Amino acid sequence: MADSSAPVPQTLGESLRKNGVSRRGFLKFCAATASMMALPPSMAPAIAAALEKARRPSVIWLSFQECTGCTESLTRSFSPTVENLILDVISLDYHHTLQAAAGDAAEHAREQAMHDNEGEYLVVVDGSLPGPNANPGYSTIAGFSNLQMLEETIAGAAAIVAVGTCAAFGGLPKADPNPSGAVAVTDIVKDKPVINVSGCPPVPMVITGVLAQYLTFGSLPELDEYNRPLAFFGQSIHDRCYRRPFYDKGLFAETFDDEGAKKGWCLYRLGCKGPMAYNACATMKWNGGTSWPIEAGHPCLGCSEPDFWDAGGFYKALSVPTGDPGDVLLAAGVAGAAIGVGAGILGRRNSAAAKASHEKVTADELEQKL
Amino acid sequence: MPSLDDIPIRVESPPQTGADFGNALPILNEIRHALGRLNETGEPSQIDLAAIPFGPGDEARLLELLGRGEVEATVDALGPTQVWETRFSGVWVVDYANADAQRVALQIEVDVVPQILRTQHADIADAIKALDERLADAASGAVSKSIFGTSEH
Repeated sequence: MADSSAPVPQTLGESLRKNGVSRRGFLKFCAATASMMALPPSMAPAIAAALEKARRPSVIWLSFQECTGCTESLTRSFSPTVENLILDVISLDYHHTLQAAAGDAAEHAREQAMHDNEGEYLVVVDGSLPGPNANPGYSTIAGFSNLQMLEETIAGAAAIVAVGTCAAFGGLPKADPNPSGAVAVTDIVKDKPVINVSGCPPVPMVITGVLAQYLTFGSLPELDEYNRPLAFFGQSIHDRCYRRPFYDKGLFAETFDDEGAKKGWCLYRLGCKGPMAYNACATMKWNGGTSWPIEAGHPCLGCSEPDFWDAGGFYKALSVPTGDPGDVLLAAGVAGAAIGVGAGILGRRNSAAAKASHEKVTADELEQKL
Repeated sequence: MPSLDDIPIRVESPPQTGADFGNALPILNEIRHALGRLNETGEPSQIDLAAIPFGPGDEARLLELLGRGEVEATVDALGPTQVWETRFSGVWVVDYANADAQRVALQIEVDVVPQILRTQHADIADAIKALDERLADAASGAVSKSIFGTSEH
């Protein structure tokens, strides 16, 4: 058990030195952090100077209608990693899956962290929650509805980080027919900054990169139209894909085992949502930088985009649902890069069309079918 | 009964080593520009290879093109960091790994000496302080006759 009489390090610099980290080690940490925050390596000295003075923020992690995949993504990465170092220097005061406390003690930890860090703590939310008009009984914790707990917890928060597509956009629980009336965090929180770190699950380094940004500079990152940090979601998967040269040459895999698939050609015709999906997978990759879905030969599902479950089919090419597949695809293959942008727009339009034409069913009807 | 030879089996060879997706050459051009800047103005550059969309074989191809030069070093801080100068002087590869030897970052540094090999000024100040303390202890006879390893008997 830790010596409770020992002073708790107040800054990240103190915390790292307490753990025996040398200045070269610290510089290395900053180089990896810059890489993690998608900043140029030349920012490492500035990061070092800022981190030296950074204070340990209190983080309250709320898990609502979710599968714990986001937490798994964060904690099942190779250990120890930069992510772990970051987690070592934040004060994670409440997290259902990770905390030892349970019942009243757990809720007390949350209340204590809110009280002690009024106006300064971060709230991380994973999972969607039943909205104000939904039956709150679909998801409760300690006798509180998710909505009650969110509203109470964010009252004194500095900012909210919605981790995962469920928290950011509603995700799977919100998919048609949305039986629990699920909504995203931004549907509820209107008076505090919300950062959406979407993905199903998000890339672990993107989760910690956002925390590192706040820890390092005490500010929130620049966001896109969906409140996602531009550093990680600023470019489409398509634009950063190593298979992009094949798209530009019109070389596509037509099936999962044809010659094109074996040669690593573009997966656009197999339903790749890369042109409409914005995420960091193409460069940060997964499993410690080992690979990512497209490198494994599978099209991108576009899991970081709103309503990706209802976007018309994972294996339908973006241009297929509303047009003649042959003609549209041929045009895309020939026209190359310029069409890539158009494909993104087309994909979003198709997503909207698929949503509009989707046959709605009620929960009762669904139960009768099962 | 058909013999084993009659069973149609197609042996598929693993991908040839050195196969790549052509994404290494643009980085080599970027390094060329960075080396030009270092030569003309002394401005160092760093390229984070984690930010480059490499496919299988691209990174290996780049490192193969860069090759290895005269200098290699290992820094033991928060896990091993391998540093080597490529066959192009002034172009360094810095491979950061964690305590489990898993890579946390891979960078190209175009500089006279990579940052991580330089002694930090704060460390020099700390070293002076530590050395002064040793000398003061030695002068007062509190420590052994030598700070170079001979023991007191």
